[in-house]
Amino acid sequence: MLDVQDLGIRFGGLDAVKDVTASIPTGQITAIIGPNGAGKSTFFNLISGFYQPTSGSIRFAGEDITRLKTHEVVSRGIARTFQTTTIYRELSVLENAMIGHRVRTRAGLLDALLRTGRERQDVQGSRDGAIQALTRVGLAAQAHLPAGALTQEGQKRVGIAMALSSDPKLLLLDEPAAGMNPEETVNLMALIRELVAGGLTVALVEHKMSLVMGLADRIVVLHHGQKIAQGTPAQVSRDPAVIEAYLGSHAHGGQMGQTTPADLTLDKGGAHA
Amino acid sequence: MTIVLQQLFNALALGGVYALVALGLTLVYGVMRVPNFAHGGLYMLGAYLTYASLDRLGVGYVPALIIAALGVALLAALLERLIFYPLRDAPHVHPMIAAIGVLFFLEALISHPSVFGPDFKQIAEPLPGILNLGGVTLTWQRLLIIVASLLVMWGLNFFLKRTLTGATIEAMSQNREGARMVGINTNRVGMLTFAISGALAAVAAALVAPINAVTPAMGEVMNLKVFAIIILGGMGSVPGAIVGAFLLAFTEVFGGFYISLDFADLIGFTMLVIVLAIRPQGLFQRGT
Amino acid sequence: MNVNGAKRGKGLSVGRVIWPALFILAALVPLFSPSGYALDIGVNIMIWAMLAYGLNVMLGFTGLLPLAHAGFFGIGAYTVGILTLKVGWSFWLAWPVAVALCALVGLLLGLVAFRTKGDAFSIFTLGVGVIIMLVINKWDALTGGNDGLNGVMPPAGLEAFSKALGLKLSSGFYLLALVSLAVTVLVVARARYSTFGLSLIAIRGGEDLARSAGINVFTHKLRAMMLSTAIAGFAGGLYAVFVGFLGAAVTGPTTTFTVLLYLLVGGLGTLAGPLVGTAIIYSLTQTLKGLEDYQYIVFGPMLVLLVMFAPHGLAGLWARLRARLSARRAAPPAQTPDQTPDQSPDQSPDQTKEVNRA
Repeated sequence: MLDVQDLGIRFGGLDAVKDVTASIPTGQITAIIGPNGAGKSTFFNLISGFYQPTSGSIRFAGEDITRLKTHEVVSRGIARTFQTTTIYRELSVLENAMIGHRVRTRAGLLDALLRTGRERQDVQGSRDGAIQALTRVGLAAQAHLPAGALTQEGQKRVGIAMALSSDPKLLLLDEPAAGMNPEETVNLMALIRELVAGGLTVALVEHKMSLVMGLADRIVVLHHGQKIAQGTPAQVSRDPAVIEAYLGSHAHGGQMGQTTPADLTLDKGGAHA
Repeated sequence: MTIVLQQLFNALALGGVYALVALGLTLVYGVMRVPNFAHGGLYMLGAYLTYASLDRLGVGYVPALIIAALGVALLAALLERLIFYPLRDAPHVHPMIAAIGVLFFLEALISHPSVFGPDFKQIAEPLPGILNLGGVTLTWQRLLIIVASLLVMWGLNFFLKRTLTGATIEAMSQNREGARMVGINTNRVGMLTFAISGALAAVAAALVAPINAVTPAMGEVMNLKVFAIIILGGMGSVPGAIVGAFLLAFTEVFGGFYISLDFADLIGFTMLVIVLAIRPQGLFQRGT
Repeated sequence: MNVNGAKRGKGLSVGRVIWPALFILAALVPLFSPSGYALDIGVNIMIWAMLAYGLNVMLGFTGLLPLAHAGFFGIGAYTVGILTLKVGWSFWLAWPVAVALCALVGLLLGLVAFRTKGDAFSIFTLGVGVIIMLVINKWDALTGGNDGLNGVMPPAGLEAFSKALGLKLSSGFYLLALVSLAVTVLVVARARYSTFGLSLIAIRGGEDLARSAGINVFTHKLRAMMLSTAIAGFAGGLYAVFVGFLGAAVTGPTTTFTVLLYLLVGGLGTLAGPLVGTAIIYSLTQTLKGLEDYQYIVFGPMLVLLVMFAPHGLAGLWARLRARLSARRAAPPAQTPDQTPDQSPDQSPDQTKEVNRA
């Protein structure tokens, strides 16, 4: 579905992502993991058109999308969520989802001023699309609450609904389980499985190894902006380069006082596998 | 040729004044991310404090300049405490609007008949007379402006590069979050930066006051120009502010000379629009 | 106003009754033969409110603060003045041309200005506003320069129309302004409560988020800018024939800031805010006669206090009051999903902060 070739970006002389070649296969769940600062989020930002790569190319469903702007990428069928619960907290849940549907509507300012048929059609279309997306994430009943009034988990779902209502083929989830308790994480995993069963392709960046190992069909491991391994969870967790990277960065991270539980969980996961 | 030289000196003096005012503005923006629209008001107030010290207190020019600098610095620090610090987390248009309120308040207050009144005031030149350099005439006051502004800029540079407090300001203008993490008291630095910016504006005003008339509207005009300068130079950039200041001064002086004095202001702003149309991030791009 | 334990979402339908009622009532005012002075104040309030509506489209809906609006007001006014006085056009032709010109200049400004971000955008547009004022002030041959443009005539037929109704010309102007204001409110309301308008609100809440949600931020901002400057020109054109004399001063930043104050007092991003704020502050200015030239001794601190303590203006206070009232009435009834969501207009807007910080 998505293929990146020698993808790279430099920020002020530093390679944030370098020479990454990877693919996200259709209908599967691909996890992108790596120690802190490995360039995972940057990788997502490159795919979704937030950053323009300094080298390499991105192809989606056979089309070169390397230079497209973010909204053009979304209209091709790639939607994303953010690490934090980045949604419109002051708007209603439904409005959030309707905003996500905007890319599928065409009515502009003139349509609005003249209340044209297209405008009316688009209003109805956004509402239907939004409701459908909310139903998929199980929020249809809360459609009229202000999004900010929902729980942390609910807000995450709003973010996913916003992405879903753009009718994507590929969904990019940036740390979807951050800040969730184990029970919520399990619910989220069920939701993601459901979406994939419904025909969606999912790629996610995640620190929680329980989620990654339990969910991903394939894993891509980044380290210092470069891909060091790729394969099934079982393959990756046995890969010496991966273990080395996590242990190395763990030791290093320890010095910086930035040890994350995630690093430790991979060690465990690796031992189990 | 002598005429060109003559204009060159005029442009240097004007550029020096612009630079002092713009430096304060860019420092405040760099450290606080506040586009301080009240800055022109502080500049205007500096001129009036100089005038009042000379006229009402009867002190000399240098003490008057110092009184103005200290007075405006104090007020600027107060503004930071009372308005801009509490608004630090508000949407970014809020501090901007508050600053506009302060600017118009200062202007209205000064022009009220029971304060200074709307009419212009004049300050006698502390060093009257003209210097003749091979046909190029230069008033002592202009020379004083050039020398003093260069000295202040040098002093500021020394302060930013060589002292701990100065380095802190620089660090914060580079990276506010980073500065907080390494334990810099960002709280106090903001106030200090405001005070410095006020003092710089007041010194500039005191230097230029004997040449130009002192009016309540002088701040509004200067405001637009220094904002033009710091967007030109890149908001928050210190070298950018200096280069932008002299660039605007030269454009105005030579543009006014070769085209029409009437259009000097227009030329300056038009340059700004053109430069930004080509380089929206300003001449000196600055990492965010 | 809070009828039958109102569900959220009744806002616009209530508005659909209240706005027309308000305009019809206001249209009846000339029948009670008020003084010309009172009518003139009414016209002034309506003209400045229209400008505030224009600014609201940018600041209130899109979250961007452009500071050239008085300049566009001036372009509208001078276009009408010049076309009627020097070219001999009818006002009824010159007015739409002025509006179109403002939209076009707004488009050109947007193409350049939206390349800058955040604060630089405001300062850049302020510079453009000053350029517009300076050009008007210096271009003697076209604009009359410092002397201004004198003797812009009332619209053709307005006097005859007033006479036919048995009213004076001042009443005719009042009714013209009222219709213009009604058109403005309708246009702004339609723009706001549409898929287009919701996208502007999304941009206000966070440009990056809007972008990643698939909104073409640049073209939406451009259109908002054009609508906003067109409304400013619409107000300016009316001002030209109403006042009859045009000077460059009114096209300067001070006017923009004053209208900004109106907007802030009334409440950013709301439909009623611009009118309410303008009516209150403009009337207040009339009572501060002695302070006329020094009104900012009062207004300056008012701006500061507003953004510090009541950034949503009166509309925000009203929304808070209403929320408290409806919170007191038991739990909200279950809501059906087909209920129109974007039609709860005045729930305190501009709460952009949360998203920005997130």
